[in-house]
Amino acid sequence: MIRVRNLKKTFGQFTAVNDVSFDVEEGEIFAFLGPNGAGKTTTIKMLTTLLKPTGGSIELDGLDPLKQQNEARKRFGIVFQDPSLDGDLTAWENMEIHGVLYHVPHKVRRQRTEELLKLFELWERRKEQVKKFSGGMKRRLEIARGFLHTPRILFLDEPTLGLDPQSRNQLWTHVKKVNEAEKVTVFLTTHYMDEADRVAHRVGVIDHGKLVAQGTPREIKDQTATESLEEAFLKLTGSTIRDESANSADAMRQFAKMWSGGRR
Amino acid sequence: MSAIYILWLRELKRYTRSRAQIVASLGQPMLYLLVLGFGLGNVFQRAGYGSYFQFIAPGVIGMSVLFSSIFSGLGLLWDRQFGFLKETLVAPVPRIQIMIGRTLGGSTVAIIQGLLVMAVCLIAGFRPAHLIAVPEALGFMVLIALLFAALGVAIGSSLQDMQGFQLIMNFLVMPIYFLSGAMFPLTNQGKVLTFVTALDPLSYGIDGMRTVLLTRAAFQPAFGSFTDLSVLVVVGMVLLVFGAWRFSKIEI
Repeated sequence: MIRVRNLKKTFGQFTAVNDVSFDVEEGEIFAFLGPNGAGKTTTIKMLTTLLKPTGGSIELDGLDPLKQQNEARKRFGIVFQDPSLDGDLTAWENMEIHGVLYHVPHKVRRQRTEELLKLFELWERRKEQVKKFSGGMKRRLEIARGFLHTPRILFLDEPTLGLDPQSRNQLWTHVKKVNEAEKVTVFLTTHYMDEADRVAHRVGVIDHGKLVAQGTPREIKDQTATESLEEAFLKLTGSTIRDESANSADAMRQFAKMWSGGRR
Repeated sequence: MSAIYILWLRELKRYTRSRAQIVASLGQPMLYLLVLGFGLGNVFQRAGYGSYFQFIAPGVIGMSVLFSSIFSGLGLLWDRQFGFLKETLVAPVPRIQIMIGRTLGGSTVAIIQGLLVMAVCLIAGFRPAHLIAVPEALGFMVLIALLFAALGVAIGSSLQDMQGFQLIMNFLVMPIYFLSGAMFPLTNQGKVLTFVTALDPLSYGIDGMRTVLLTRAAFQPAFGSFTDLSVLVVVGMVLLVFGAWRFSKIEI
């Protein structure tokens, strides 16, 4: 379903993704693991047509996202790592825009929006502007929005960041449900190894832009002779702490937070 | 089509929800209109140009359309910063539709803003030559709004963050405004100024609005309404194509 060969992305001198190759089968849940700044989000951005690769090839459901952008975009849905909601609009309106952009028919859109907002416990506050929501609520809304259309491939970039255990549980149950019932292929990243261990059929570990291991969680543990995925991960990627260099967009976001009194 | 509509609607909703901003954005044109309009009125009259208030009103309307359309285009930078841009860019909708939706939304907002300023002008004592002039002026407002919304999108697509904003403001938006003849007549000027003002697309918009709104006795057109229309349409088209091209190149 996803086929990546020798994928490479450089930003000036810096190589963010270096010669990465992997396959994700149809109906599989694939977890992409790695420390901060390892190249996970850059890979997802290339897979979802937001960035052009420097080298290598990508296939999504047999399509080249560089050449057949729109066809490829129809195949996937994504929950981004950082916020992507319109704070001036209400929860309902954010869902509505998404539904229209993804060509979800009117009736289905209404019905699914209601189901999803109820599932993620946002139904009561659907008429409120999103900027008034707490961090966790915004996150839940983004996830609900990601499930609004039924994609063939679902990208989840650190979806559980900032979620309480209840919402996390809700999310993974739902992911498993759509994966089993609708054969949706899931490509996710997370920092919680227990989640990856529990949900993913296969995992890939990326570090410094290179894929250092891939296989089922069992295989990874056996390879590294460790008891848990967490230990395996630390063994593979070392225990030094990585810094993600803050880019100017992050700096601006900080600045804007200051100005809007932290409401955004 | 529905994508264009929903993104147009979004711009409109955002505008109507920021009531404080609507009031604030009326403040600046009113300052120009009332303070300069009445303050310089005597000098202008003595120089033999007639009523300065009548003269400056179309300029102030043009100014507010310019500002709000170009800012709506630059709103792209905010969307980039708050992430909503990504949401629209990964959607299975051709980017040209997204660009058109945004540009039309931004222009609509700018036109509403222009009409509000026009209402303020009418209340403050501005009198158009005849009634049919108002819809004609609206036509020019639409052209100005589309042209500069497209320019705003082109710039917004090319900048990475808001740091370039002040630069754009000081070296592009303000010169476009001051050189458009919004506040002074473009006729009988020195060679350099005549040349520079002729390069400014807004000059043609404001000249066109004055030509339709003011009587021949009160105002001598600098270019004539046919030239005004042609320049606005041609430059507008070029900028729409350019904006769409820049927008299609955005990477996040």
